[in-house]
Amino acid sequence: MNAEVTTAEAPAAAAAVADAPENDTAPAEERAAGHGAGAAPAPAPKETLLAVEDVSLAFGGVKALQNVSFDIAKGEIRAIIGPNGAGKTSMLNVINGFYHPQEGRIAFKGQLRRRMRPHFAAAQGIARTFQNVALFRGMTTLDNIMTGRALKMRRGILWQALHWGPARREELEHREFVEHVIDFLEIEHIRKTPVGRLPYGLQKRVELGRALAMEPDLLLLDEPMAGMNLEEKEDMSRFIIDVNEQFGTTIALIEHDMGVVMDLSDRVVVLDHGEKIADGTPEEVQADRRVIDAYLGVPND
Amino acid sequence: MLYREAGQFKTSYAADQAIFPIPQDRYMLAGILAIAFGVVPFVLNDYWVNAILLPFLIYALAAIGLNILTGYCGQVSLGTGAFLAVGAYSSYKLMTGFPEMNMLVVFALAGLITAAVGLLFGLPSLRIKGFYLAVATLAAQFFIIWLFYKVPWFFNYNATGQITVPPRDLFGFRLTGPEAVPAVRYLVTLSIVAVLALAAKNMARGHVGRAWMAIRDMDIAAELIGIRPLRTKLLAFAVSSFYIGVAGAMMFAIYLGAAESGETFGIQQSFDVLFMIIIGGLGTVLGGFLGAAFLVLLPIGLEAVLVEGLGLSTNFAEHVKLILLGSLIIFFLIVEPHGLARLWQITKEKLRLWPFPH
Amino acid sequence: MTEFSFFIEAVLSGLMAGVMYSLVALGFVLIFKASGVFNFAQGVMALFAGLTLVGLLQGTIPFIHTNNPAFALPPWAAILVTVAVMVVLAILIERLMLRPLVNQEEIILFMATLGLAYVLEGAGDILWGSDVKVLDLGLPQGASDWMLDTFNIYVEKIEVVAAVTAGILVTVLAIFFQKTRIGRALRAVADDHQAALSVGISLSTIWIIVWSVAGIVALVAGIMWGAKSGIQFSLSLIALKALPVLILGGFTSIPGAIVGGLIIGVGEKLAEIYAGPYVGGAIENWFAYMLALVFLLFRPQGLFGEKIIERV
Repeated sequence: MNAEVTTAEAPAAAAAVADAPENDTAPAEERAAGHGAGAAPAPAPKETLLAVEDVSLAFGGVKALQNVSFDIAKGEIRAIIGPNGAGKTSMLNVINGFYHPQEGRIAFKGQLRRRMRPHFAAAQGIARTFQNVALFRGMTTLDNIMTGRALKMRRGILWQALHWGPARREELEHREFVEHVIDFLEIEHIRKTPVGRLPYGLQKRVELGRALAMEPDLLLLDEPMAGMNLEEKEDMSRFIIDVNEQFGTTIALIEHDMGVVMDLSDRVVVLDHGEKIADGTPEEVQADRRVIDAYLGVPND
Repeated sequence: MLYREAGQFKTSYAADQAIFPIPQDRYMLAGILAIAFGVVPFVLNDYWVNAILLPFLIYALAAIGLNILTGYCGQVSLGTGAFLAVGAYSSYKLMTGFPEMNMLVVFALAGLITAAVGLLFGLPSLRIKGFYLAVATLAAQFFIIWLFYKVPWFFNYNATGQITVPPRDLFGFRLTGPEAVPAVRYLVTLSIVAVLALAAKNMARGHVGRAWMAIRDMDIAAELIGIRPLRTKLLAFAVSSFYIGVAGAMMFAIYLGAAESGETFGIQQSFDVLFMIIIGGLGTVLGGFLGAAFLVLLPIGLEAVLVEGLGLSTNFAEHVKLILLGSLIIFFLIVEPHGLARLWQITKEKLRLWPFPH
Repeated sequence: MTEFSFFIEAVLSGLMAGVMYSLVALGFVLIFKASGVFNFAQGVMALFAGLTLVGLLQGTIPFIHTNNPAFALPPWAAILVTVAVMVVLAILIERLMLRPLVNQEEIILFMATLGLAYVLEGAGDILWGSDVKVLDLGLPQGASDWMLDTFNIYVEKIEVVAAVTAGILVTVLAIFFQKTRIGRALRAVADDHQAALSVGISLSTIWIIVWSVAGIVALVAGIMWGAKSGIQFSLSLIALKALPVLILGGFTSIPGAIVGGLIIGVGEKLAEIYAGPYVGGAIENWFAYMLALVFLLFRPQGLFGEKIIERV
């Protein structure tokens, strides 16, 4: 591991991140052809929630990400798309601190981030669902979603052992919040069912519930609709939009279904072979030459 | 017909979160406790206390402790024997060093000391998991047993290398030593086990318990939702060791009266307690009781059938016990990894529908 | 005797003990590589194989435990029959334990092998009796006069035989894995179960083969140990010593098992001799584990193991 972000670099880097779109490494002509180049001419300058700048990640000799830069504005739904192996999941893993990029900077809520453990990202307000459902299989739906409140429950082990007074009040308060999430996702009937017994579509929904219970500022969804039928996809899309509109949660999602991506997202970033090849509104990205090539497969692929 | 929940409605989350949401369960537990506290003390005799009741209760407590670590938090430990020894030797040093100390305080402190030792040997769980960790706990097992055997301070420099419990009273009743009253030994053990079992159940259903289970089921996902793995695992190590330490102290002071590190607390104990929770049920408090009951009663039952009934040698019965136990372990892991406790739950689910299963 | 030859003697004796650990660890690695099962019963398998061998050599009648010389088999036949018994055992284990537990978590399989250890221990005792047995295969006994005369160093002949046998065994296994079709299939399974299945290798067959090979390795360990100190329950305890060996060498590395075994053997012998007196002795009981523990903290994948990259 070289070139970790150090505290000494922090002020300079933070300044650099503030105007990150200008520093974009994607070739200029593509950007010009694709859309109005960067965030500058955007109608309402939205507050940047997360800025990723020049991030490179490699496993041994394999380069998973190369000089990727983009930002996520507060309150938007941001899609990350790209062919298989493009580095999308690696990108999410970098954002929530599971992987540590060799180069580059990430700023969340305007604060430059140092190398850290994933639970710290969670504490900062980043929640996540997984490509392969990562629920706690031995626990019920209710308990799984309750774990999302882990960071907010403070009563120590002795109170827990008594399960009385403040500990009990705390438990009930959070239960109430979790019941709202359960209502919202319409999964009341499976409240007490161990998640291992649930069908795939419902598991995905429970996983979303667990992430929502964290009341995150930024919600990362890794292929929330993979393996779902049309009806389930429609339900899930509705939940995603509702979450975004009702709670104002910023969402970054990876998805393969282009129809869904184009309908849901405000802006789209396209990765291919670990590099960013396009960034913009769904319409702009759809018209981008390189994106079309990447998806249709240039013959030499 | 008797066991059903139709017509019972819960009107608050509090009622829904009770340990036994169904009244029949509560009545049954109340009944068992009433008999255990109100009837058994008047009918018990020495044999019952020494051969069945005390080992059952004390092993149940140890099994609950190990279940917190292994069943709830998913960290396999083969160091239970050593942690029982830490509890036993701590209580011995406390009883001989501070003769006036209340026995309840002795047990609590013995538990805390064991918790500290457990915490220390839980530290490797930061880096390692699964059977790697099991090997680390084996290190605890062999090192601690060696320590109690080699360092004379632990057994007060006596010539035998054994520790023998001095006579002590609790609230004016003789609890330990040769003149201890069987009913007192039983009632004190029962009370401590009942209180700690309730506390374990409470921890397990609260956010700490959920964090343990989250780490067990998928540690990476748990970390990504903000559960701190090391802290959570260490807490499980500490709480688990506390329970096992108290069990060790009671095993020495109330049940056996004397102990010798390797003889009493060898690796065999580690396996036995592990088997209790596999057979009884991983990740349930009830499983600790069922597993302990099973392992305490199995040799007695085999002896009665094979030795007294069929006239075979005790040696033979011992080997049959090994085969039976080993087969049952495999059987339970294949058929019902949640053990007897789960079978009991399934029976209850069936009962709920009985006699009209459709 | 000089200080130096004393040291050499200690090292040699440690190496010999290490060879025994290596032999048991080798059985572990084989099974772990091919089936991902951490076989806690490996040591008891050595005990069981040894008991069976002695029983056949002496013509012991199962369950009754009396010796009838009329049933005694010559060594070669006894060894062949014991090998057959270990193969049957492997088939039973595959049918009754592994197959129903397929796709279970590693830790469940680990606990199942704990159960297996109990079953085998009880079965061995019931079949052949639980007294200490002398294994007489006509292997050379006593001290090597040549070593004593030339270097003034005391080495038991049987230990030399054990070391040579272990060397041959490892070579044969290496050839088996590298050159034969089955060996390559085994390695394929170790790398990727799905891939192995897709090229038409039956997982059951592989498991039976690998457990049989591990059974034969256990038999060799049982013979060596038994010829030295008799077949008895303590044999199953060297299985516990093999665990730190694995941690040191890495769970999937055959050279690791060998080197790890030798390091542990020599390390604990030297520690006992040079550090033991200061702390009251008998540190052989835990030295290996503590060494492994320290190792785990700094290099969890062992000396030869592959680094584990976690994914989500």
